[in-house]
Amino acid sequence: MPTVTLTVNGRSVTADVDSRTLLVQMLRETLHLTGTHVGCDTSQCGACVVHVDGKAVKSCTTLAVQCDGASVVTIEGLAQDGKLHPMQEAFREHHGLQCGFCTPGMIMSAVDIVNRKGIVDEATIREELEGNICRCTGYHNIVRAVEAGAKAMVSGTPVRQAAE
Amino acid sequence: MTVTAIGAAVRRKEDHRFITGKGQYTDDINRPGQTHAYFLRSPHAHANLKKIDLSKAKAMPGVVAIYTGDDVAADKIGGLICGWMIHSKDGTPMRAGPHPILAQGKVRYVGDHVAVVIAETLSQAKDAAEAIVVDYDVLPAVVEAGKAQAKGAPQVHTEAPANTVYDWHIGDKAATEAAFKAAKHVTKLDIVNNRLVPNAMEPRAAIGEYDAGNDALTLHTTSQNPHVARLVLSAFIGIAPEHKLRVIAPDVGGGFGSKIFIYAEETVCVWAARKCGRPVKWTADRTEEFLCVAHGRDHVTRAELAIDADGKITGLRAKTIANMGAYLSTFASSVPTYLYATLLSGQYAIPNIYCEVDAVYTNTAPVDAYRGAGRPEATFVVERLVETAAREIGMDPAAFRRRNFITKFPHQTPVIMTYDCGDYKASLTKAMEMADVKGFGKRRREAARRGKLRGLGYSTYIEACGIAPSQAVGSLGAGVGLWESAEVRVNPVGTVEILTGSHSHGQGHETTFAQLVSSRLGISIDNVSIVHGDTDKVQFGMGTYGSRSGAVGMSAISKALDKIEAKAKKVAAHVLEAAEADIDFKDGKFTVKGTDKAVDFGTVALNAYIAHKFNPQELEPGLKEGSFYDPTNFTFPAGCHICEIEVDQETGVARIVKWTAVDDFGNVINPMIVEGQVHGGIAQGVGQALLEGTVYTADGQLVTASYMDYAMPRAHDLPSFEVGMTVTPCPSNPLGIKGCGEAGAIAAPAAVINALTDALGTEDVPMPATPLALWSIIAKQSKAAIAAE
Repeated sequence: MPTVTLTVNGRSVTADVDSRTLLVQMLRETLHLTGTHVGCDTSQCGACVVHVDGKAVKSCTTLAVQCDGASVVTIEGLAQDGKLHPMQEAFREHHGLQCGFCTPGMIMSAVDIVNRKGIVDEATIREELEGNICRCTGYHNIVRAVEAGAKAMVSGTPVRQAAE
Repeated sequence: MTVTAIGAAVRRKEDHRFITGKGQYTDDINRPGQTHAYFLRSPHAHANLKKIDLSKAKAMPGVVAIYTGDDVAADKIGGLICGWMIHSKDGTPMRAGPHPILAQGKVRYVGDHVAVVIAETLSQAKDAAEAIVVDYDVLPAVVEAGKAQAKGAPQVHTEAPANTVYDWHIGDKAATEAAFKAAKHVTKLDIVNNRLVPNAMEPRAAIGEYDAGNDALTLHTTSQNPHVARLVLSAFIGIAPEHKLRVIAPDVGGGFGSKIFIYAEETVCVWAARKCGRPVKWTADRTEEFLCVAHGRDHVTRAELAIDADGKITGLRAKTIANMGAYLSTFASSVPTYLYATLLSGQYAIPNIYCEVDAVYTNTAPVDAYRGAGRPEATFVVERLVETAAREIGMDPAAFRRRNFITKFPHQTPVIMTYDCGDYKASLTKAMEMADVKGFGKRRREAARRGKLRGLGYSTYIEACGIAPSQAVGSLGAGVGLWESAEVRVNPVGTVEILTGSHSHGQGHETTFAQLVSSRLGISIDNVSIVHGDTDKVQFGMGTYGSRSGAVGMSAISKALDKIEAKAKKVAAHVLEAAEADIDFKDGKFTVKGTDKAVDFGTVALNAYIAHKFNPQELEPGLKEGSFYDPTNFTFPAGCHICEIEVDQETGVARIVKWTAVDDFGNVINPMIVEGQVHGGIAQGVGQALLEGTVYTADGQLVTASYMDYAMPRAHDLPSFEVGMTVTPCPSNPLGIKGCGEAGAIAAPAAVINALTDALGTEDVPMPATPLALWSIIAKQSKAAIAAE
């Protein structure tokens, strides 16, 4: 069995895995990071999106061995020092989730969109979310969340409104 | 301490775990010594099982056990049930064939369960399943509802001749025929309500586990109603008695109806766990979900509307053939009958209604309740008829609706329902203002200059929610009561746990239920926790579907809180040394009338438990109360959705340019959550109208079995939605709630198709109205136009 060494959420991990092991399987089954989900088997739904060396990747169609030596960030690693990432905060603030199953992948993709494109308009957000399917929200509030999260990431505008 | 009022758009308490990846869904759970199940499924839509050879597979590495239908029969494990009895016109009970958890002698649809392989790893289970040799005697298949009753059609179950489960009817046939004879105008439509796959993003999953020391079983499962699952598994299937079976539905990633039902897979997991002595885990892959989850809709309908000289509707009749698939799923029989035909009056005063429904077996996946369940099909029939009729008689569709709206309540329809309240003109008027219907002509002309066909369509829908009064549904054939339970446990420090039989799988109960408690007891929502989804914690409950958690589940909590308040007043009277009749409770404080003596809720809770200040012969210690709430009526959410759409003449691509929704859900606990429910419902309804088509080949192969083939709505398929509300508080429950979960999915398909038919100038637009379908209509129209020149 090949040995794979990854930096996952800032910590170095090494594991012997079957060569056919997918990155998502290594994350969920070997490292017990179950925040990354599997919603389909055709790389369409995006529930499994993580960041590999800073880029959004569908971990259900990436072999763990392909990522040897890479730095992986999952939804569990997004908050820093107990403080939510602005995009996480934006999803909560704008009710960008209901059942929560697509949410980790949705947030990881949203962060990637902003990393690549900065502040984005609604049409761009909708196009960029092509690879993430949500069945609950109708995307309306996801779009609002990504708009707010982008502003917060780029300019530090606080996500949280004054009143609830 | 902050009280969170009813009506506040408070952010959700449950979100923290979901946005940080700490949710716990069934597939996130692993048990010591766990094995993995893989189901060998039928590749044929219809076949006799001649022989299953397991010898090679059983010798494969890692295999723990392989079971087939013979093992199920040997253990006397019962089949899956359909819990709603429907009688045919002649009074005979529905003709249901057996529904074994593993096929016995015959397979009836692609994906039917032939065998289960249990192995140390999932890969080993899959490898071994490949080594099973099955000798199939392939039979001809029938897949379309309209062909199932034809002479010579393949028979799915011998119990149901002509594949007919029942031929049912409702309403006064003779009076309706008379209305049609006397009509000035009759509008006729042939309608296909397309089959949909629910597609909750979390695939179904289950873990069965056996505790030999206590001879007890635990099932973790993706369920919307774990208590109903336990009841069925115990009382009907015979897995174990209820006190020896714990069913846990942890975080559940969406349901939309599809996780109400009791399926073969979880039943096999919990049965096999005892048989092989190891925990057995199964998680569906997406293709398995497409093949085997209960699908939705699939009606073929001929519908007619009778109108008099004044533009008043005098009658409606419909004949529907409903595709049940290969087996009757848990509540399948109720969907095209009491959840469908009872809503055919819509928002209109229609004096005569008659509807016939034939339910048929086919060699396809079972069909059952999917978001709206029968009510979207009814709304589609009514709203397509009304829009078409208005156009045919040359009336404005909004004016035609206004002329026929019910305006006095309560209103008894000819099809069972008694509408308790509503204001249909108010929601229509508000929606028309928000949608700027007045400016539509200008927008249409502007679109035409860009080569786009622009249309506007209404859907003034109604639904029956808050299901339902137990006696009423019992008289209609339901095998269960549809009350809900709640228990309020006040801890000695004044924090509160609510145990509810409702189940949240995205609806935000942990927040809205806490808001109710906060507003009633004057404590922070942070001091309230909601316990649900575990049969060992919550005594019993009927679960979440049919927009019942607010109207029924929260009413039960409200009733239990009444009892808490009553008892707390008795305790407070002792603490304050006053007469109970002089105690007031407001804003979390107990006060004595006419004095400044006061004590807060927390202190009273503590005194209830330390019990120093009252005589236990007169008052029991503790502060815990429960309630079973049975609703007095269905609730009737209603509203108006307006869709404005543009069709590109070159490509046939339809783009929704404006969506306006004005809904009357009665009182609203959390408008943010309610609006979110509306958004999601609209998206599913738009998906049905424009994108989602479930395609079986004539021999029963499901060709839309992945996200590569089945068009799920994506972000760029949808616009942002304009959502407004009107309120007529529901008089049928203590909170005035009607329910909001299904409204969008019910309203949307008719609004989209009414807009498209307006844009294209033909009433013949199919669902899903794909670019190909629309382009073909436009091409045909151009050809006809050229030919006419």
